[in-house]
Amino acid sequence: MPNLSTALKMDPWRLQSGEELNRLRAQIIAGRDPQRPEIIICHGTGCLANGSDKVAKAFRAALEGKGIQAKVMPGIKTTGCHGFCSRGPLVIIRPQGLFYQRVKPKDVEEIVDHTLVHGKAVERLLYKDPSSGDLIFNEGEIPFYKLQQRIVLHNIGKIDPTDITDTIAAGGYQALAKALTTMTPEQVVAEMEKSGLRGRGGAGFPTGRKWRSALQAIKKKGRPVYVVVNGDEGDPGAFMDRTIMEGDPHAVLEGLIIGAYALGAAQGYLYVRAEYPLAIRHLEIAMHQAREYGLLGENILNSGFSFDARINRGAGAFVCGESTALFTSIEGKPGNPRPKYVRSVEEGLWGRPTVLNNVETWANVPLIIERGADWYAGLGVPHSTGTKVFSLVGKVNNVGLVEVPMGVSMAHIVEQIGGGVPDGKPFKAVQTGGPSGGCIPYSLKDTPVDFDSLTAAGSMMGSGAMIVMDHTDCVVDVGRYFLRFLEEESCGKCLPCRLGLTRLREILDNFSQGVGSEKDIEDLTSLSQAIQDGALCALGSSAPNPVLTTIRYFREEYLAHVQEHKCPAGVCKDLITYGIDPERCTGCMNCARQCPAQCITGKKKTAHVIDTHKCLRCGICKETCKFDAVFIS
Amino acid sequence: MITFKIDGQQVKARPGWTVLETAREHGIEIPTLCFHPAVSASGACRLCMVELREGTWSKLVASCIYPVAEGLQVHTDTERVRNVRRWVLEMLLAACPASPEIAALAAKYDVVRTRFTSHDPDQTCMVCGLCARVCDEVVGLSAIAIVDRGVHKRVGAPFAKPTDICVACGSCVTVCPTGAMQAIFDSVRGEPTTALTQLAAQ
Repeated sequence: MPNLSTALKMDPWRLQSGEELNRLRAQIIAGRDPQRPEIIICHGTGCLANGSDKVAKAFRAALEGKGIQAKVMPGIKTTGCHGFCSRGPLVIIRPQGLFYQRVKPKDVEEIVDHTLVHGKAVERLLYKDPSSGDLIFNEGEIPFYKLQQRIVLHNIGKIDPTDITDTIAAGGYQALAKALTTMTPEQVVAEMEKSGLRGRGGAGFPTGRKWRSALQAIKKKGRPVYVVVNGDEGDPGAFMDRTIMEGDPHAVLEGLIIGAYALGAAQGYLYVRAEYPLAIRHLEIAMHQAREYGLLGENILNSGFSFDARINRGAGAFVCGESTALFTSIEGKPGNPRPKYVRSVEEGLWGRPTVLNNVETWANVPLIIERGADWYAGLGVPHSTGTKVFSLVGKVNNVGLVEVPMGVSMAHIVEQIGGGVPDGKPFKAVQTGGPSGGCIPYSLKDTPVDFDSLTAAGSMMGSGAMIVMDHTDCVVDVGRYFLRFLEEESCGKCLPCRLGLTRLREILDNFSQGVGSEKDIEDLTSLSQAIQDGALCALGSSAPNPVLTTIRYFREEYLAHVQEHKCPAGVCKDLITYGIDPERCTGCMNCARQCPAQCITGKKKTAHVIDTHKCLRCGICKETCKFDAVFIS
Repeated sequence: MITFKIDGQQVKARPGWTVLETAREHGIEIPTLCFHPAVSASGACRLCMVELREGTWSKLVASCIYPVAEGLQVHTDTERVRNVRRWVLEMLLAACPASPEIAALAAKYDVVRTRFTSHDPDQTCMVCGLCARVCDEVVGLSAIAIVDRGVHKRVGAPFAKPTDICVACGSCVTVCPTGAMQAIFDSVRGEPTTALTQLAAQ
């Protein structure tokens, strides 16, 4: 990099104008050989957990150690999450775009030898289309990617998030330059309003309208005004914001700077949960590099506009993702929500007008400014414009991160992109919106996934977690899971939340033991209503949603627990017994050896029997049986 | 003056007043537990919920912190309001079974039994935080803290260590709506000598 700045005769890299940014970009691109082989290794948190750092190490060692006989030495690039997490670690070889999945360090030598030296594909590492059985060579041809529309995620998986020149080459900070040099703050806000972008954090409040209200508040109260990034993503199964912060931190930063320019803010905050160390590191690097390049700090791009930001780490409380709790946490107080009858745009952080937007919302801002509100409003459906990133998890083949235009059907996401449920049966329900959302049953699989349709179905968009459930998931158990989570995460300030969530869970506990009646379902509903109406913040008021939606769509299953004392999904331990089918049992003794209660008896090659009085119902025998002889009744 | 309606009755309020203040000024009853005029309102107990209506739109708000505005339509006794009140009181009966004050308040609103089992038959405190607020805002000492969070939240001494900054003024006991502070008081208060000696010296 130093040679670049010398070539441009810049005071260490500080860009003075949009033209200089463009010149730098052209120079970076010109300095690259598009035909040079490049090994792209996913370093998202998922792939890293699967050992992608060891794969990268093996590649470095292989290239350095062996002195390969290629004409051009390949480059190695580590990127953010590619999204196809269930197939990680992922490796892509450019320029061919060969897509290798589940790569282990021991595969590296073969890739180097076959692909880089001899230009051939390693077939066993290619993705195989599960329906046709055909090998797919290219990333873009895989249905999981082909059916998506990646806009917010367009750079992730392509750029090295720790190298600002990679971002600049990919078009980063173009929107900022455009805003600073050709648009007034008023025009930026008007553009945001026109785009129809709605907040991606959960509630879906129109972003442009929020910014407009902030401008009005500033008129009354004056400045300072603050801009804040909500990176406290805490929903179980959600990792959209983490991926964006890790994989394209400059996009978040650029959006924040544009927002600051529109509102005249001089200080911003990025509130990121401490459980995301990689996201925090990448953001820190990005901010440091942006300051060096004159894109953050004093006199940005010599426009006269100054703005800086800092990172505040959340200490692990889920409730701090709630706006007012987030503010009190930044202010250094315990993260308790405060009653919000005065809006944050009027009285937010330090009692000042504040615009708080979610990570994904901020990352959308540069796209809207650069390509125009009309282009953006043309994506998705009216009232829910643009795309949405979802983390698809649970009982689904293709676990990972997907981005689709708003308004596509639930079935499209789960069955087409997600590849359906592993055993090929239809899914039972999808929990959208995390613990605050609700369960959408299979019968509503054609529901368009947009803010208003999901709300009409009793759920919500939430931040974008989609947990797919199949026939082995019990709705009572799901309700208990989310309530236990929220009980732990409630701040405890208001009574409906602190007392109510425990009481709801206790009633569900009874159901899981077969104790209860139809009257209890009425009580669950009316207590849920009281919590929704009475709780102080959104954590409490949305907490009963999983219970209410499961009652709405799976009332029969609730009743089965208490009237027939059966758990139809075979989950609730007090209502199930394990047995062994003598026809199928081969007497291999595997289950008997694994049983922690030692309650399985039987001789070799004769059918085994479970002593149901001693049985703990842990399910290990069912998991270990290769002959499908263990059943639940 | 700001004019609006509570239960159909025209009321007048000064700017900056809350709905609860206005209601009490006009003799309209709204139950509260965590509210005390001597300290800032916190909106924690949710017994003072009222319903705002405008056409088909309606919303429940805590009247103790909701600022008055011209033309509000406030309702203090709707089905939704009663539902919140009933469940909060029913849960409080189970949470503070030893508090006669809670039992009396619940009875006033026709809640005489609870479907929930009590986890602690001797409990009287429902962690409204009035004691901590009065100590902080009125006495100026912060000898009482709300410790832990969520379902484990409770009243105690800061850092769970009896504190000698307590001057035993008794303000917390006075404002406590359930009588719980009398019992908690001694566990919060350490050796009061230091603070008292300092006070005496002044």
